[in-house]
Amino acid sequence: MKPATVRRTDLRYRIGLNLRAVVGRSYPRIVGANREPSWIFFEALLPLLGIAAYVFIYQSFGARSFAAAAGNTTAQAVISANTNALIASVVLGGTMVAFWLNVLWSMASQLYWEKEIGNLQLYMMAPMNRMALLGGMAVGGMVMTSMRAVSTLVAGILVFGVIFQVADPLTLLAVFFAALIALYGLGMMFASLYLLWGREAWNLSALMEEPIFFSSGFYFPVGGLFRVPGWGPIIAIIGSFVPATFGLDALRQLTLGSTAFGGQLWIFDVKTELYILVFMAVLFLILARYSLRYLETLAKREGKLTSRHQ
Amino acid sequence: MNTFWRTFKVAAWLGWEMDSNWTEPWLFMVYSVVKPVAGAFILVLMYTVFAFIGNRPDPAAFSYMYVGNSFFIFVGSVLFGTFQVIQSDREWYQTIRYVYISPISYYVYIVGRAVSKVGVAAFAVAITLAFGVAFLGVQIHLTVDAVPLFAASMLLGLAVLLAIGICLGGISFLTAKHTHGLAEGIPGLFYVFCGVLFPLSILPSWGQAIGKAIPLTYWFDITRRLLAPTLGVDSTLAGYSDLTIMALLVVSSVAFFGLSLLIFKTGEYFARKAGKIDMTTSY
Repeated sequence: MKPATVRRTDLRYRIGLNLRAVVGRSYPRIVGANREPSWIFFEALLPLLGIAAYVFIYQSFGARSFAAAAGNTTAQAVISANTNALIASVVLGGTMVAFWLNVLWSMASQLYWEKEIGNLQLYMMAPMNRMALLGGMAVGGMVMTSMRAVSTLVAGILVFGVIFQVADPLTLLAVFFAALIALYGLGMMFASLYLLWGREAWNLSALMEEPIFFSSGFYFPVGGLFRVPGWGPIIAIIGSFVPATFGLDALRQLTLGSTAFGGQLWIFDVKTELYILVFMAVLFLILARYSLRYLETLAKREGKLTSRHQ
Repeated sequence: MNTFWRTFKVAAWLGWEMDSNWTEPWLFMVYSVVKPVAGAFILVLMYTVFAFIGNRPDPAAFSYMYVGNSFFIFVGSVLFGTFQVIQSDREWYQTIRYVYISPISYYVYIVGRAVSKVGVAAFAVAITLAFGVAFLGVQIHLTVDAVPLFAASMLLGLAVLLAIGICLGGISFLTAKHTHGLAEGIPGLFYVFCGVLFPLSILPSWGQAIGKAIPLTYWFDITRRLLAPTLGVDSTLAGYSDLTIMALLVVSSVAFFGLSLLIFKTGEYFARKAGKIDMTTSY
């Protein structure tokens, strides 16, 4: 073998190369984004308004119920506690919305954007593994999106007076990161599908906003869907394929207590949901690897790898 | 005038083709309806959960929220349909230089491009409302007498929305990206402060003041008054008669039209001066 071939097959070299690719692809998202601070206003602060609207809905319902229960202090206390728990659910959902939107627009459809602006062929020619490229996008995306997620949490606590009771911070962190890895694994899997598609990609991403917010319970405990007779459980089961569903359910249990809402609106206990999330994370990463390889070949065969504006 | 009409017509056709020709018509219809209906269902479930956990059901508040949310579909679609034109032509399709140098009004071209989104949004609003009435018990009672006023308020509301969209479009002449942030953020502003989902009285006093300064607040209120007059939810605008609100909408639409011209021309002037009309930033 030639020295260059030997070098390319050396494990240490390959790991180094792929790690450099991860760093290189995450760099523009972590460092580059901070060179234009205006994005903090547009991407982190403005979207808080949409979440505030959902908070005010619960406050509005709560205020009317509170007024209707005038004179009954026990009922009013229950209404206040439930309203706070629902607002906290919205705030947690709002943090997850940030990550889901990042998965959709900056992960799944990213290769489509790269194709549109002519970078994709450069990536395809580069010697690193494509998964390293996607890994870099995921790491960069997680860091970048954390700003929006943190501002949502801070706004929830400071502006809306939400009270979280975290009894088990380690499990909370484990659930959070397992959910994130599973979500970005799903995004990597979608990214390969988008290699083939043109404008369908944009429209599919747009379609996966509100329907997923609904089926995964971003703004209400997803167990509520199981209380709707007929179609509710079906929607909830379909929504469960998105890791945010179990992630949010477990995070809400860990921050509001499993007795919140009378303990009637949870899907499983936290441990079971953590295992499911870990399983999803591994499964989606494996599927992403295979689908990326398969669809890259398919896109090359159909001549769609570098086609633009279609 | 003839050139304006021709520009408007062709731009509307172009907008429709760009929006819809990526797939089969039936799939496009499904895409157009699923998103807003799912948005409405989020509210349905929020209400269901609230009612389920021991609080009393409140069908009037639910109908108030549902009707407001249905008409809010216009806000997102019209605003995004208007202000994304410059970004998409410039950055994505890179055709802005050809359209811009052609002998047409670019302002009218943008309005034309947005019209297809207005049409699709109207379809989605109708489906959402019909679904709400048929399956969710949403209380709508539009009388025949109220139809002319309702049609006039719709026209004025859409005119205000288009004007606001063009104001944002004028700004986007100068910004590199942020389409997504604006698409989420500006409608979010109206979602919170215009009494779309809840009465203004829930907001702190400064929030109510902001809400009362935005013409869309009055548009949502009169739409709800005409469509669902029996709700009995105090929107805090009871002191304004229907005609006062219509007069406010007329004044607002004229004012926003003037403002949109001013911002659009200013943005265009500075973009030309800085050589940014056809910039690409590889967003």
